Amino acid sequence: MASDRSPLVETFAGWGIYVVGFIPAVWSFWLGATGGLGADPVRAFEQTLGLWALRFLVLTLAVTPLRQLAGINLLRFRRALGLLAFWYAAMHFSVYLTLDRGLIWSTIIPDIARRPFITLGFAALMFLLPLALTSNRLSIRRLGKNWRRLHRLVYVAASLAAVHYLLATKVLDPTQAAHIGLVLLLLGYRLVRALLVRRPERRAA
Amino acid sequence: MPTYRPPAIPASEITPRSVYLRRREFMGLMAGAGVMLGVGGARAEAPATSPLKTVPGPYKVDEPLTSREDVTTYNNFYEFGTDKADPSRHSGDFKPRPWTITVDGLVGKPQTFDVDKLIAELPIEERIYRMRCVEAWSMVIPWDGFPLKALLDKVEPLGSAKYVAFETVVRPEEMPGQKGYFQPMPWPYVEGLRLDEALHPLTILAVGLYGETLPNQNGAPIRLVVPWKYGFKGIKSIVRISLVEKQPPNSWNSLQGSEYGFYANVNPEVDHPRWSQATERRIGASGFFGSGRRPTLMFNGYADEVASLYAGMDLRANY
Repeated sequence: MASDRSPLVETFAGWGIYVVGFIPAVWSFWLGATGGLGADPVRAFEQTLGLWALRFLVLTLAVTPLRQLAGINLLRFRRALGLLAFWYAAMHFSVYLTLDRGLIWSTIIPDIARRPFITLGFAALMFLLPLALTSNRLSIRRLGKNWRRLHRLVYVAASLAAVHYLLATKVLDPTQAAHIGLVLLLLGYRLVRALLVRRPERRAA
Repeated sequence: MPTYRPPAIPASEITPRSVYLRRREFMGLMAGAGVMLGVGGARAEAPATSPLKTVPGPYKVDEPLTSREDVTTYNNFYEFGTDKADPSRHSGDFKPRPWTITVDGLVGKPQTFDVDKLIAELPIEERIYRMRCVEAWSMVIPWDGFPLKALLDKVEPLGSAKYVAFETVVRPEEMPGQKGYFQPMPWPYVEGLRLDEALHPLTILAVGLYGETLPNQNGAPIRLVVPWKYGFKGIKSIVRISLVEKQPPNSWNSLQGSEYGFYANVNPEVDHPRWSQATERRIGASGFFGSGRRPTLMFNGYADEVASLYAGMDLRANY
C-alpha cells in the first residue's frame, strides 16, 4: 500500500519486483534445458514467455482500476510491471526467432509480413517498444503531457496481444478465455469510464 | 544441451517397461513443482498396455524413431482435453476393452467386430511411419496394425460405396474433454476418406505402437493412420465405420472449413491460413537448443505411393 513505507516494500518496488518477475522465465528455461518441459520444450518455453508477457500487461492495466475502484494504490509498481511485460514479449519473440524458427529469415520474414497471427504479435511488441524506451524519468519530464498520450499505446498493444493469443490455437481453451477476458474487462472499464465520467471541461481559447 | 539421437532400434531393444515406469514416477514428482507455476508438464502413470505379437510390415521409414515417451505424452486428443499433456494425464478412466467396432452402410455383409478377435485373427504388422500434424510438428512412430482394406474386404463394399465414414466413441463419463463448459467441438469426432484412399495399402487401422497395445491417449483400442495426411485425419477410438455414397463430414472441416479440408494431404506448398506448412519441427530431434526444423515433404514423403490418387486434381482447392 502507498502508505506503507517499510524498507521491505521499498526494496520490492525498487529491484525486488524484477527478481520475482523473472522467476517464471528462469524456471521455465531451467526446466527446458534439463528435459522437464515434455516432448516439445521449445514450444512450451515460447508459450510460457508469451503468456507471462500478457499476464504482466494485464497486471499493468489493473493498476488504475484497482486504485479507482478499490483504493489500492500500486502505482509505483506499474513501471516495473510494464517493463516486465515488454521483456517477456521480447524474450518470447527472441525464442520464436532462434529456438523455434532457427533464424531462417527466408521463412520468418514472409511469416511476419503476411500471417495475421504473427503480424499482430510482432506489432504488439513494436507498440511496447517506445513505451519501454520512454519509461525513464528523463523521458517523462521531457515529454510532459505527450508522455501520457504516448503511453495510451499500451491499450493497442494489449488488444493486439490478446488477438494474437486468440489466433494461436485451433480452439479456444479455458486459460486463453480467462486471459483474453481480463484484457477485455480492463479495456472495457476504461471505455465505459471515458463515456460516463465527463472530464473537466476545457476552457475555450 | 547435446541431445542423444536414437537410431531406429526395434521395440524389443527399448528400455524395459519396468525401468521407464520408474523414470515416470520420478518425472511426475519433478513436474509437480512445475505444474504449480503452470509451466511444467506432469507425466501421468502409464496406462495398462500389453505386448502384441507383430510381424515386420512392408513400409518402414529409415529415420530415427520418436521416443515412446514423447509419442505417448504429446497428443492431440480433445476428448481428453485440449492441452498436449491432457490425453496422457486424463485418460486413466477410459476403458478400451472390451471393444466392438461396427462396419455398416453400403456393404454386402454389415458386421460388428470384437477388436481383440481381430487382433488375434489378422497379422499385426509393424509400420514405421512419419506423422505430420497440421500444427507443423512431426514424429516417426512405429505403429502396429493391419491394413484397413483387410477389414473392409470382410464386409464386401457395394459398388455404390464411394467414401468411408469413421466415428469416435462418446463417453463423457470416461473422457473429461467431452463434458463441462469448454467443449471444443461437437461430439462424436468424425472423419472420412475416399474409398480408394481407404483401400490404399499405406492406410492402416493401428491397434498398438512400440510393440504394445495402444495407450488410451493414442486412441485405444483402434485408430486410423493415414501417413500422407495431416494427423487430424487419424481418428481415434473408433466405434463405427460406414461405407457411404457421398463425401462424409469431418470434424475439423465442419468446425473451420477455411483452415482444414476434407483431403488434408500433407502439402508444403499449401499453407494453413495462419501458418506456413513449408517446414516442420521433428519432436525430440534436437532437444531445447536447436530448432529441429526440417522441410516438409510432399504427401509427407509418400508421394511415390499416393500421388497417383490425386492425378489431375487441384490440390490448392482440395486442401
